[in-house]
Amino acid sequence: MSRSRYSIFSLARNAYSHHRNWPKAWRSPEPKSAYDVIIVGGGGHGLATAYYLAKEHGLTNVAVLEKGWIGGGNTGRNTTIIRSNYLWDESAAIYEKSLQLYEGLSRELNYNLMVSQRGVLNLAHNQHDLHELSRRVSANRLHGIDSEILSPFQLKEMVPILNVSPDVRFPVLGASLQRRGGVARHDAVAWGFARAADARGVHIIQNCEVKGFCREEGRVTGVETTKGIIKAPKVGVVVAGHAGVVAEMAGLRLPIESHPLQALVSEPLKPLLHTVIMSGSVHVYVSQSDKGELILGAGIDAYNSYAQRGSIRIIEDMIAAAVELFPIFSRLRMMRQWGGIVDICPDASPIISKTPIDGLYFNCGWGTGGFKATPGSGWAFAHTIAQDRPHAINEAFGLDRFITGALIDEHGAAAVSH
Amino acid sequence: MLLINCPWCGPRDECEFSYGGEAHIKRPEDPDKLSDAEWADYLFMRTNPKGRFPERWVHTHGCNRWFNAVRDTVTHDISATYGMGEDGPEGQL
Repeated sequence: MSRSRYSIFSLARNAYSHHRNWPKAWRSPEPKSAYDVIIVGGGGHGLATAYYLAKEHGLTNVAVLEKGWIGGGNTGRNTTIIRSNYLWDESAAIYEKSLQLYEGLSRELNYNLMVSQRGVLNLAHNQHDLHELSRRVSANRLHGIDSEILSPFQLKEMVPILNVSPDVRFPVLGASLQRRGGVARHDAVAWGFARAADARGVHIIQNCEVKGFCREEGRVTGVETTKGIIKAPKVGVVVAGHAGVVAEMAGLRLPIESHPLQALVSEPLKPLLHTVIMSGSVHVYVSQSDKGELILGAGIDAYNSYAQRGSIRIIEDMIAAAVELFPIFSRLRMMRQWGGIVDICPDASPIISKTPIDGLYFNCGWGTGGFKATPGSGWAFAHTIAQDRPHAINEAFGLDRFITGALIDEHGAAAVSH
Repeated sequence: MLLINCPWCGPRDECEFSYGGEAHIKRPEDPDKLSDAEWADYLFMRTNPKGRFPERWVHTHGCNRWFNAVRDTVTHDISATYGMGEDGPEGQL
């Protein structure tokens, strides 16, 4: 299928025909009976995996199976924040790899991901927060990741609408700032990877739900789907909140619980917030979209759930925090609210790993922070599948760390309370 | 918002309770003899079903007692609550 590159010229050309003749960004083929690799899950991570399998490892006989539509799960439900200011060496390596990939990805994919490095602030509300942030900033700088500490005075200068007065219940004592952090357009990440993977020969098959695994002598040889049996010697599963459900089909137990995580969008406003502000302590994170809407993220519900909605009390807490930090928001009206199901690991770090079953690979446990990791996760997972061994960058994120005890505790940097 | 039927206090609002995760995980009887993999299974591995799920709650802002509940993880419908150490409606103990 011939496909024109997106450019100012193609935009002008298509304007003449009233934008009626844009070619489809990717095909919708019927599944073949067999592939070299099957990726279960057509979110950002799955599509990125397929793209890097084709680009980095020359594997183009690949299918991505998605039970709904691509990017319709957590990829389309997050608050679009990207950053890499994690504490431990292992996390810094993979999240920084991801951020670096994001920095060149719009050009590479020929798809505008609207990456906007507008800075990410993490607020401190007590001495302990401040110590933790200072420690994390120091760790980041040792890894060559840009990070700095701001005083309340500097914060007020940068974000005038932020309330830094000392007489509130949880006063702002300072913040860390990663200037290279920011936001990206979440749907575009899925669509850009889908288009680029498709151009390299990958089949993207939507409305195709995996119902079970084909096994021969213990190893996985394919999947049973709503569109019939599809064979492949290697199956990579990257299904976020439903990781436990798919793992159970393979008789595998995971250290994962699924919880709802919510976000809200306000009515559109004039530009008033040019950066991303997160607070792990009072628990809110907020940025303003290019359309002017404020995007606010809340915490997870404590209980396990697969319902893509959250409870009202979580929103109440989050709104209370937002209004204390930004009194100007007090009469703001919210337009939409939604929930996604996140897969929480005990150490708030992901699993990108081979499994005890030959031919089966899992990428899960990204919990509340998967969006920022999309390119890096796909890049590392593609290597793990293609080479049948992890890359140095995801070696520490194996399923075996729960047996060896080498956990990577990122509850502080994950910034969403669980 | 859930309405949770505490076995001792009756139906109360969800915000009075704290969550305790999967129920009926038995502490190993002979911990010294466990392999690392068996420890990992006890400590970290969880059943995470889409559907009926036996789980633990504690009535933090009430009687402060623990109990079990069977709740559906899709509809959030709570079909039973029962005391710790009691057999669930599906005989989980």
